[in-house]
Parts: sequence; structure tokens; C-alpha cells
Amino acid sequence: MTGHAPDATRAPGFVRTYLWSTDHKTIGLQYMLTGMAMALIGAFAAYVFRMQAAFPGASVPLFGRVAAADYNYLVTMHGTIMIFWVAMPVLLAGFGNYLIPLMLGCDDMVFPRVNRLSYQIFFLSSVVLVASFFVPGGAFGGAWTAYPPLSANSAYSMTPFGSTLWLLAVALEFVAFLLGGINFITTTMNSRAPGMKMFDIPIIVWTIMIAAVLFMGSVGPLVAGAVMLLFDQVVGTGFYDPARGGDPVLWQHLFWFFGHPEVYVLLLPAMGIVAEVMVVFARKKLFAYRTIVYSAVATGIISFFVWAHHQFVAGIDPRMASLFSVTTLIISIPVAEMFFAYIATLYGGSIRFSTPMLWALAFVAEFLIGGVTGIFLGSAGSDIYFHDTYFVVAHFHYTFFPIAFLAAFAGITFWFPKMFGRMMNETWGKVHFWGTIIAFNICFIPLFITGTAGDHRRIFDYSMFAELATPEMQSLRILATRALLVTLAFQVVFVVNFVYSLFRGTVAEANPWKANTLEWLAPSPPPHGNFVTMPVVYRGPYEYSVPNRDEDYWPQHEPDEPADPDAPGARRPLQQPA
Amino acid sequence: MTGIPTGRLAVWWVLASEIVIFGGLLGAYIMHRIGHPEWEGQAIHTNVWAGGFNTFVLLSSSLSAVLAHQAAERGDGKSAARLLLLTAAGGATFLIVKAFEWTAEITSGFTIGSNLFWSFYYTAAGLHALHVLAGMVILLFVAATAAKNIELHRVENIGIYWHFVDIVWIFLFPLLYIAK
Ligand code: HEM
Ligand SMILES: [Cu+2]
Repeated sequence: MTGHAPDATRAPGFVRTYLWSTDHKTIGLQYMLTGMAMALIGAFAAYVFRMQAAFPGASVPLFGRVAAADYNYLVTMHGTIMIFWVAMPVLLAGFGNYLIPLMLGCDDMVFPRVNRLSYQIFFLSSVVLVASFFVPGGAFGGAWTAYPPLSANSAYSMTPFGSTLWLLAVALEFVAFLLGGINFITTTMNSRAPGMKMFDIPIIVWTIMIAAVLFMGSVGPLVAGAVMLLFDQVVGTGFYDPARGGDPVLWQHLFWFFGHPEVYVLLLPAMGIVAEVMVVFARKKLFAYRTIVYSAVATGIISFFVWAHHQFVAGIDPRMASLFSVTTLIISIPVAEMFFAYIATLYGGSIRFSTPMLWALAFVAEFLIGGVTGIFLGSAGSDIYFHDTYFVVAHFHYTFFPIAFLAAFAGITFWFPKMFGRMMNETWGKVHFWGTIIAFNICFIPLFITGTAGDHRRIFDYSMFAELATPEMQSLRILATRALLVTLAFQVVFVVNFVYSLFRGTVAEANPWKANTLEWLAPSPPPHGNFVTMPVVYRGPYEYSVPNRDEDYWPQHEPDEPADPDAPGARRPLQQPA
Repeated sequence: MTGIPTGRLAVWWVLASEIVIFGGLLGAYIMHRIGHPEWEGQAIHTNVWAGGFNTFVLLSSSLSAVLAHQAAERGDGKSAARLLLLTAAGGATFLIVKAFEWTAEITSGFTIGSNLFWSFYYTAAGLHALHVLAGMVILLFVAATAAKNIELHRVENIGIYWHFVDIVWIFLFPLLYIAK
């Protein structure tokens, strides 16, 4: 991928360059491409189970007739894959690895070999997960939350191997992200370019670093819980078995103590991408930089105190339920604050609706729907009704779809020129955007309605429920499925645009968007070692449209006083023809 | 930027992620223990003397890790390596005692599946023993490089990790053995 000759001390062959590389950019792209490949599996699963929901009993093209057990494992694998093998690798590991050293102005992560190990373990975890489709009994079907007793006892789950492989794959994935996270954190703390102070760090680096800390702080108890679940499955302990003194709700606590911070682990990098894109296409300084950083930190801290809102109907103490309702409502404050800051950034800017900007704006609009519907689920009273209905499914897809796809597309279309040295096609980018956005909303709005009318989630066949199998309800389900087919069809546009631009796109200069952050100083694509001369930082990342300057942007690496142009080492702003 | 050497910083972050793993496990155990006063009747079958001896062994091995760090600060890689080997020997002693202890318990019928107390007992102590084992392997690696007087900063880093393993045991010992 590097069009430049890597430095002479190492003349890596194909394997060293693409498969066994310690270069953060290669590792980032490996994570990203693996995540995108897994997204195909996750989306295929959604296609099959949505077809079954709309046309129960019909033979689904490319799959065949869906049995009840198939439905269960498809839903489980869809959720598991989309969260752990798509959103995590693309947003956190993909963008994190690719961008952190470039934006901090250093040549690589501080522990490149640990980084390589991280990807290798992640790859192994993907292989284990995919392998679990093919073992006797089939893949695990006990939902991505893997509640015991279903997950603990193969007499109930009927997937003796599938459950264990699922657990193993998730555990390996956690190890991979812990290793990666240590790199993110130590690199950000210790190897920034000279002059880059704490509040000169771009927002996306902040959010990814906070996400890594959150992940590290929340996943531990679940690792312990996973060991206990594994022992329940294979050595016959009874940690989660009430008949033997154990407690199935313990797993729910351990799972959601991780699971809720995890949604912010995914949201924060997405917020970071959106911030970087917005400032560039609004040509305006990011509004309230420090408030955004503090809000992100506050969100992270509060996210450790909301987990039991997933357990309002699990028999927890009602006093605890009110407590967790309150914390849940409180956490919406810092998140809303970040969104307000973003909207204020747009106000008065000179906005250009390029493809990355469209994705970023759509992220804000769509996530808003997810956030507002979350209020109903965070309040114990209304959640008792909504719990485990399609209202919940629609709610969290209005958060996850913007995160995993809208923000990811914003990031990919924005940094594509840096990554591959070519521009993506704008027209096809916009076709892809509008097709996806419109179809996505038509897919999920009906699910709010069916959920409110009582559709329970994870139901294989509604024709078994007379009061839900009405023609009106079924026509909403069919509408949602049709819209999914359209959403999926429009992804072909993206894939074609991606591959075509990779080889035929217009060649990109180093800084095609006229952006300030340091990655745009490096050549496109950056060679091994990233920068021709290592940058020095003179200011924050968001100095756009500064009065009394010819250019409407002011890169972080440009010295304050345009020094004597003839002085040795003096850097002059790139002279663009007016 | 932070002034903390990167290697040491990474060790601290590893420990942070480890603390929450043991924290989750022990938190779950403590909650169960409070709910099940009758576990006392199981806990009396643990061997406090073996556990106490092991506590002493681990604490002493932490002392030699500190001395190794001091030697490394002086630039004396040879004695640092020797002291690290002593530390690893402490770890080995710990595991050998543990092996005898577990054999005795298992042959008396207290296995990981017996009941929830023993499930926690073997899971927590087993996870800790794995950390001891991993620590020993790293100790040997670091001793090998320190003996050649290179990468002496690693002596301190493995020392920090070893103290952590020690401290986890300081929590496990009263919770699993003494609380009756
Ligand atoms: C491609 C578009 C998508 C569609 C059409 C879709 C559709 C669905 C539907 C209908 C369900 C509920 C199935 C049931 O309960 O019977 C579901 C479950 C789920 N989806 Fe999606 N989804 C999509 C993308 C995503 C994304 C991007 C994520 C996360 C990043 C995600 C995460 C989940 C999770 C966690 C579950 C719960 C699985 C479970 O119940 O165990 N989905 N999806
Ligand atoms: Cu939550």
C-alpha cells in the first residue's frame, strides 16, 4: 500500500509489508479490512433472519429454509459480530492504529510488536468465531448477551461446542484489544511531537484514548465472569446455577458492567471522527474544545454507574432501579453537551456538503433519535413495558448503526486519500449516502411501531402469536425487510467505489481537504516512518478561518511567525493558487 | 511527556487491567460469601499453615525483587540477575507447596465441582497461580538479559509486576483461608 520505498535498513517483502508488519498503518488497515469482511457475515445474518421475520417459513435465497435454531444462532452471531468484530475493530483498532501516531506526529506506536501481536490474536479470534458455525450442534444461539443458564448448560443451549467456541473467541478478542489499548494509551501519553501539549491533541485521539481506558477498566470483571462461565460449561462448576447455590444474575451484572461502558467505547471514537470531519468541512474552529474533552471524560466515568438499567426486569431491588434510572438520565447530559458543541461548531461555518460531511451530519441526526428513545428505556417505569421488545431493537440500532456505519463511512471517505493516495468518487459517494440513509430509516422506524405494539425480540415466527400476527403488523415487518434489502444493495455502490478508487481514483495530494492536523503533513500514503521530517507543533488542531490570514486553515506544524523564508529550516505555508 | 519511562507506564496499565479482573472475581466471591454464611464449614478444610507459609515465601521473593532493582540501579546486572533468579525460585516454591496442598484437598474430595466455595477457591487461586507462572517465565527472560548488563530497566518493570502478584495473594489468603 505504500507507494514509497520504505527506508533502506529494512527491505520488507510482501509478507513483511502486508501480513507480518509492525507498521501501525498496516495494522490499522488490517483491522479495518477484517472488520469490513466480518460485517458482510453480520449483515448476511441480518438479511436471513429479517427474511424469516417478514416471510415466515419461506425459503430464503442463498440460505434456504430457516429453522428455529438457525434463527437463534443467526441473531446471536449478528449481534456478536457487529459489536465485537465490526464496530470494535473498525472504529477503535482500525482508526486508532492508523491515526494515533500520524496525528501525534510520531513514527509508530511505542510497542510495534505488541501491536502486531494484538492483530494476530484478533485474527485468530475471528477464525475461532467463524469456525464455530461448522462444529457439531452449530453456532451458539443464546444471544450476544449469553445469559446463563442457557449459555452455561449445553442441555439447554444444545450447542456444546458452539457455546464454548463463542466464549473462547470473545475472550481472545478481549486480549487483542487490551494489548492494543495499552499501545494507544502509552503512545498518546509519551510520544507526541515536540510542542504538542495536552490540549493540542486532536479530539479523535482523545476519544479513542478514553475509549481504550474505559475498555480496560470495564472488561476485567467480564473476563473473570467468562472464566466462570467456561468452568460452568466444561468442568461442571455451578457459578451461575441456582440449584447449586450459584446466581445467574451475577453474569448479568458482570456482563453489563462491561456492556454499558462498551457502548461508549464504540460511541467515543465515532464522535471523534465526526469532530474531525465537521471542522474541516465547516472551516470553523471546533466549538468548546475543552468542554468536549471534559464531557467525554465525564461520560466515561458515569458509564460505570448505569449498567443495571439492562436488568430492570431481572428482579433487582426497586430502590436500585430508581438509582440506576437517575444515573442513566444523568449520563445523557455530557453526551448531549458534546452534540451541542458540534452543532455550535456548524453555526456560522462555511459548510461544504462533501460525502464525509454528509455522513458526519447524518450521524448527529440519526444518533439523536437513538439517544432520545433511550430515555424511555432508561426510566425503569417505561422500560418494564418496553423491555425486550422491538422498540429496544430499534433504539439501539439508531445508536449502533450511526456508530458502526455512518461514522465509519465518514472516516473512511475522509481519510481514504491519506490511506491510499487517491480520492474516492464524490458522486457515487453521495448515491451511496442517500440510498443508505433513506433505506436505513425505513428499515427501523417500523420496528419502533411493532415494538410499541408488543413485538417481542428474538422471536422466530410471529404466526405463533395470534394477536401479533395481524396483517398490519406483518406489513410493517415486510416493509422493514424490504428496506433492509435496499440498504444492503446500496452497499454494493460503496464497495465498487472503494475498489475502483483504490486503483483509478484521482491521485491525492498530501492535504487534499486543507486540514490542520499532522497526518495531512505526511505524504499520501505515508511511508514507513510516516514523516519526511518529524513535525514540531505550534498550535491546537482547529485553527480554521483565523482572521488576518490568507489561508482559511493554519496547520499545527506551521511556525507562528512566518520566519525569513531564506533562513535554513524555515517552513512556509503551502502556496495554493488563489 | 509524562516523564514516566514508557515500559514502566505500560506495566502500570497492564496492572490496571489485571486489578479489575481480580476485582470482579473477588467482588463476586465476597457477595456470595456474605449470602452464604454456611461456607464457613467448607473454609475450615483449607490449610492455613500451607497458605501462611506461601504468603511468607511470596513476600520474601518480593524483597529479592526489590534488591534486584537496587542492584540494577547500581548498574550491577550480574547481582540483579542472581536476585531475579532467587525471586523466581520463590515463585517455584510457592507453586510446589500449592501443588501439594491441592493434591491433599482433591484426594479428600474437595474438587472444583464440589460446591461453590471450592469453585471460587480453585478458580481464584488457579488464576493467581497462572500469574505466578507467567511472572516466573518473564523473570527468567529478564534475568538472562540483565546478566549481560543490558536492558536493566526491565528489572524494575518485572519487579512491579511481581509485587502485584504478591499483593493479589495478600487479598486471596485471608479471603479464602482465614475467613472462617
Ligand atoms: C445491517 C443493518 C442491520 C439490521 C437490518 C439489523 C437488524 C437487527 C434485528 C432485526 C435484530 C433483532 C433480531 C431479533 O431479536 O429477532 C438485531 C439484533 C441485534 N443487532 Fe442488528 N441490525 C443491523 C446492524 C447492526 C449493527 C451495525 C449493530 C452493532 C454495531 C447491530 C447489533 C445488534 C445487536 C447487539 C443485536 C442483539 C442480538 C441479540 O438479541 O442477541 N446490528 N439486528
Ligand atoms: Cu446500558
